[in-house]
Amino acid sequence: MTDLLIPALMIGIAVIALAKKQDVYAALTDGGLEGLKLLLSIAPALVILLTAVHMLRASGAIDLLTRWLAPLSSFLGIPAETLPLMLLRPFSGSAALAVGAELMTVHGVDSLIGRTAAIMLGSTETTFYTISVYFGAAGIKKTRYAVPAALIADLTGFLTASLTAKIL
Amino acid sequence: MIMGAIWLGMILLAVGAAFLSGNTGALTPAALEGAGSAVTLCISLAGALCLWSGLSKVMERAGMIKGVGKMMRPAFRRLFPRASGDEIALGCLTANVSANLLGLGSAATPMGVAAVKRMHALAGGTEATDEMCRLIVMNTASIQLLPTTVAAVRAAAGAASPFDILPAVWLTSVCSVSAGLLAAFAFGRMRRD
Repeated sequence: MTDLLIPALMIGIAVIALAKKQDVYAALTDGGLEGLKLLLSIAPALVILLTAVHMLRASGAIDLLTRWLAPLSSFLGIPAETLPLMLLRPFSGSAALAVGAELMTVHGVDSLIGRTAAIMLGSTETTFYTISVYFGAAGIKKTRYAVPAALIADLTGFLTASLTAKIL
Repeated sequence: MIMGAIWLGMILLAVGAAFLSGNTGALTPAALEGAGSAVTLCISLAGALCLWSGLSKVMERAGMIKGVGKMMRPAFRRLFPRASGDEIALGCLTANVSANLLGLGSAATPMGVAAVKRMHALAGGTEATDEMCRLIVMNTASIQLLPTTVAAVRAAAGAASPFDILPAVWLTSVCSVSAGLLAAFAFGRMRRD
């Protein structure tokens, strides 16, 4: 089903843009440069965080943590290996990406753990960062229930991701 | 600040666990190997990210944010009754949510900030309104139709079909946004009583 999605998207976007008399080629290369700049800006964070993640794995800390939390996570139907990802996700997008990429390499990208990690990453956001940017810029001091409501959405996302990874 | 503390906590946890398991010799090689693997990850992501960003730029310049925004107006009148009475606020809101749907993060944030600022100007005070909280939930629960960065990571890790997680991502996003909005409505009502 998803085989032709990306080629179709490329054609669709280019046709619409050409119909609106846009310089498609210039937009592609300008945007590409922005993408590379974005990657460059998160690269140092990925280096710092993957250093910590690899130390955690080599020390046996991740295995210990996974074993301790296994009863709770199996009760909730969540793979225990994805717990570090869930803990980091609301704080840092690059940290969650680093942990997720490592899970996909260690356990296999198409394994249940690898797929659950990918679905979790794809369906959640960097909650605390978003809240601080939006409310900070507008000068809102009392955020009322924005944080708990957003965290309920995140938790629902993690639980549903564990379920959809199994059935879809 | 908080990321520094989290990072230190990760290192301390690693050192503590290494002492417990008598595995302290593995720490330094793992640190250097982790640093190197981040660069490998970046290089393997670079091509796909460059391509998505290029396509995003085409969507942005072709005015697709506005097109999607128009389709969402009816739903917005229910979610944001007060702000949708104001042309500027409604324009910022629809632009923010459509940019998020299309995965244009760099376009979504300024529009979202502008929307909160406008709602703030309409409401006054330093307190978040119910509608602002709903907008926050729609932004913190990802509603991106194509999770391109994750797909790039999956492709880099050798996935046979990087986008085959799409149905699961969509269903998960719908559930999390709905739960967040329901929670926001419930909290908002509790407060008023």
